[in-house]
Amino acid sequence: MSFRSNNPIGPLDYSRRTWMKLILLGTFVFLYAPIITLIAFSFNDSRRNIVWRGFTFKYYEKAWNNSSLVEAFANSLTIALFSTLISVVLGTMTAILLWRFRFPGKAGYEGLMSLPIVIPEICLGVAMMAFFSRIGWPSGLHWPLNLGAITIAHISFSFPFVTVVVRARLASFNRELEEAAKDLGAGEWQAFKDILIPHIRPGLIAAALLAFTLSLDDFVITFFTSGPDTITLPIKIYSMIRFSVTPEVNAASAVLIAITLIMTSFALWFQGRNGNQP
Amino acid sequence: MDYWRKSNKVFLSFGIPPTIWLFAFFLGPLFLVWGLSFGEKQGIIRVAITGTLENYLRALQPLYLQIFLKSFWYAGLTTFFCLVISFPVALAITFVSDRWKPILLLLIILPFWTNLLIRTYALIAVLRTNGYLNDLLELIWQSADSGLRILGLGDWNLLGERFHRFELLYNNFAVVYGLVYVHLPFMVLPLYAALDRMDRSYIEVSLDLGASQWRTFLSVIVPLALPGIISGVIITFIPALGTYLTPDLLGGTDSQMIANVIERQFKSANDWPFGAALSFLLMYLTFFALSVRALLTNHDEKGLA
Repeated sequence: MSFRSNNPIGPLDYSRRTWMKLILLGTFVFLYAPIITLIAFSFNDSRRNIVWRGFTFKYYEKAWNNSSLVEAFANSLTIALFSTLISVVLGTMTAILLWRFRFPGKAGYEGLMSLPIVIPEICLGVAMMAFFSRIGWPSGLHWPLNLGAITIAHISFSFPFVTVVVRARLASFNRELEEAAKDLGAGEWQAFKDILIPHIRPGLIAAALLAFTLSLDDFVITFFTSGPDTITLPIKIYSMIRFSVTPEVNAASAVLIAITLIMTSFALWFQGRNGNQP
Repeated sequence: MDYWRKSNKVFLSFGIPPTIWLFAFFLGPLFLVWGLSFGEKQGIIRVAITGTLENYLRALQPLYLQIFLKSFWYAGLTTFFCLVISFPVALAITFVSDRWKPILLLLIILPFWTNLLIRTYALIAVLRTNGYLNDLLELIWQSADSGLRILGLGDWNLLGERFHRFELLYNNFAVVYGLVYVHLPFMVLPLYAALDRMDRSYIEVSLDLGASQWRTFLSVIVPLALPGIISGVIITFIPALGTYLTPDLLGGTDSQMIANVIERQFKSANDWPFGAALSFLLMYLTFFALSVRALLTNHDEKGLA
């Protein structure tokens, strides 16, 4: 989009027409103004959100000293960590299975595996709530075991996403490498560990970061599986929002946005490397 | 690809753990809810699965039918606005220079990776009566008013005595605004994918042969982008239909959508069988929309080939 070009606008230069630029600009204002003001006002030295009264970190300090907020944050990170570890293992297994083998009923199996991606969150949320209450999932366990139900629910909707990412990476794997390793005397496990895993490592990292952000960000499904002593950060922010709009919530939100953005940029970077390597 | 029998030990060791997980912690819970939807409430938490269709019949009562229709209407409006906004955006991104393309695409996707709850909260701050949008409108009103005063028309109060703030939050407007805000990337990306694949010489030919830009748009660009439009419409409509958070936080008492009713049955109203039936109806609608998409896009690919 060369804004300062002296060439006349050609018939196909849609992006150089003023009204097109205005629509683009308007869309980006529409998308970004709310998030940017939210972050900006977490630094505003005023209880009322409206007027700018100077720069401050005090709401971050306040959020940091709010022990239930910090506890919720710790819960979220713990859940995300365990959910990521197990999702990556299960998702990678599924990806390799679908990539390497032909078997009867494969199309149906693939369909089942992608169900968690397509069904409405609310349906999965209430299903998890009914399930854990029906099997009598123990409550009142010690930390971190009390986070088990939420972690299980997160794994169930995360690992199919891992499968998608890892399978994309597997497509570029040359199976002759594996066969060569086997000809040279490597067993299945050694070929897997020394040849296949190193090749898909960027995909694994990208998938892990994706699974981590999916878990960290989830509200709806967690809302139905969390109890009074298993509050996660989104659940805590939700109850604070219901109560009132305060700069402290803005600060907690800004922290969550920053974490997600950093994770996602890493994931994108690793996925970008996916494409460049043979 | 290997046939599974060729190395069945490897096949089973990769296949069994994820399959067990899927059945135990995903299909199991769904199956339980499916069962509950044919059950009757007996006591506070006891549900007897009796095979009754009562819960599904109850969902067809005017009260709940109306909520289904309203959810369809909101999701439809959202899809429409997303399409109208996204088409020029996708078209512009298709025709920018290669240097700008990835940047603009990233800017479209980025909000998508910000927490849904936080984006919704950000909208509350924009739309509420003391929010930024009203502040902005008041500023415009004030400058217009002082402009009129300078012209000597101030005494007539053409714009009213003072600025009245708009009630933009906790109503149906806020719900649709929020839904469009959240679902816009779902529409831009498939449209962009379709427009980017398009052969530009068709547009050039149309223009060379004397069709106007508008005519070219309607009879060349739109038909060529049709697979992307269908994909985008369905990908936007499905999640919008099942949204819980947006009507919950931005809506008023009359802005309930299906997901909110389901939530109420499982929490405050404590009528799990009915909630289960509603939840499965929502799921069937989702599958129906997905199969329409599969059918239409398959058909289209065959048509082009």
